Amino acid sequence: MNKELFEYVIRIADDSLILGQRLSEWCGHGPILEEDIALTNIALDLIGQATNLFEYASQIEGGDRNADQLAFLRFDREYRNLLLVEQPNGDFGDTLMRQFLFDAFRKPFFERLIACTDLQISGIAEKSLKETKYHLKHSSEWVIRLGDGTEESHNRIQNSLDSLWRYTDELFFENQVDAVLLDDFNFPKLSEIKEDWLKNVELVLDEATLAVPDNNWQFKGGREGLHSEHLGKILAEMQFMQRAYPNMEW
Amino acid sequence: MVKDLSIQELEKRFQEKIDKDIKIEPNDWMPDDYRQTLIRQISQHAHSEIVGMLPEGNWITRAPNLRRKAVLLAKVQDEAGHGLYLYSAAETLGADREETIDDLHSGKAKYSSIFNYPTLSWADMGAIGWLVDGAAIMNQVPLCRCSYGPYARAMVRVCKEESFHQRQGFEIMAHLAQGSPEQKAMAQDALNRFWWPALMMFGPNDAESKHTLQSMNWKIKRHTNDELRQQFVDVTIPQAEMIGLTIPDKDLIFNELTGHYEFGEINWDEFWNVVKGNGPCNKDRIDTRKKAKEDGAWVREAALAFADKRQKRKSA
Repeated sequence: MNKELFEYVIRIADDSLILGQRLSEWCGHGPILEEDIALTNIALDLIGQATNLFEYASQIEGGDRNADQLAFLRFDREYRNLLLVEQPNGDFGDTLMRQFLFDAFRKPFFERLIACTDLQISGIAEKSLKETKYHLKHSSEWVIRLGDGTEESHNRIQNSLDSLWRYTDELFFENQVDAVLLDDFNFPKLSEIKEDWLKNVELVLDEATLAVPDNNWQFKGGREGLHSEHLGKILAEMQFMQRAYPNMEW
Repeated sequence: MVKDLSIQELEKRFQEKIDKDIKIEPNDWMPDDYRQTLIRQISQHAHSEIVGMLPEGNWITRAPNLRRKAVLLAKVQDEAGHGLYLYSAAETLGADREETIDDLHSGKAKYSSIFNYPTLSWADMGAIGWLVDGAAIMNQVPLCRCSYGPYARAMVRVCKEESFHQRQGFEIMAHLAQGSPEQKAMAQDALNRFWWPALMMFGPNDAESKHTLQSMNWKIKRHTNDELRQQFVDVTIPQAEMIGLTIPDKDLIFNELTGHYEFGEINWDEFWNVVKGNGPCNKDRIDTRKKAKEDGAWVREAALAFADKRQKRKSA
């Protein structure tokens, strides 16, 4: 088995899974019915992406574990998602800002990932890109609307940005996995995506009359399995059935 | 033209249309009672869809595998969609969506009592799909022929999705019933808890139902509560037998002569208590909806303020 390739796929899968799990917590609690539907829809896309990716990861691993076992039966240190996506939903602004910072990364990432030499990954990237474009449009519009809405909404969403900014550098985190795979598979160079990301983020924040935080202290760890306190609780809930009733079909 | 006709004449023409199965449309003249009855019924239906998202939403984050999680998300999303076009149908009668929702929060408007029961296990997702959506379909299929056009058309779409929901619920139950002893027990327990509340979904016995006769004359309603309840029982019992689950009713027998099942007495005391607000989850459900509205107030205000600013910038 190609261990690095497995980990590369798991990273993308875990980002989608954990963010999808977070967004699905909103179901029934949105500020307006239309947004309840939109957030659930995005959650559904993300769970779909995760499913495709876990299925492929299972293949790479040689079929020892199926997609559900990968999604539900690993320990926290084995999850490779970004710290950003495991952050709590907070208020609607926190959720949309988290989504925006992530979508703004995902779009250029998938655009480049399509060109990779692994046909399965390229195919998943192509399908996911279509969804991500819609997600980014939705989250950008809300960041602008809330930033340039009322004084209260402006202050709230600026706070969301200030507290989430420290998780954004991890979007471009690279380690040994990338070093080994990049050339062979023509995977995207994350440092190159960073420029694109920053340009687009600044464009939207500017229209939203929001200021890029000047505190540049950045957290990392998710990509290597060192998470915040939040992930343990997400997993306790998400894995409950699989842990309480092992080896059953549902 | 309309002005020149007496109320009696208008009512006569209205009833003639109804009798000829001509649909009533938003701009047509209609008796005020007809309008009010429809507003009450459609908004009650919309509220049921929205409140109904909560007991199932309770299990999305704990769904046992990826496929079940996706299907449940899609299902609850459908319900939000049903809520949306039902509120829109009510708006064609002049009911304001936000005011209608405020009536729900104040307790003035009702919603289906079934959602005041808790979802305690994964099997409840099966029981709700199978029994609750199954009962809803019995109620709703005749509404596709309802005399009010926008409601009838909304129900055509709703029913298509509900029948998919019913099948997915039954599939969950069938899967559990054929699974491990724990899974089978979980399925039986869910059936035990949801069976009677599902029968109550059809409302009081015909003799007690104050709206039935008028609604049937107006072709808003096509069958009585007891007829629909019987139809549901007749369809559902063989399904339970097929997957090896037991209906929790010691009085249940099949009457060879009539071809119908005869079932035990419904606990009407419990029914009226839950309607009045004393069900296990009435308070939680309404508090949750109120909180969503209150927590979202700043978002809605921001969206309005933003739209206003853009409009002014455009015209400037």
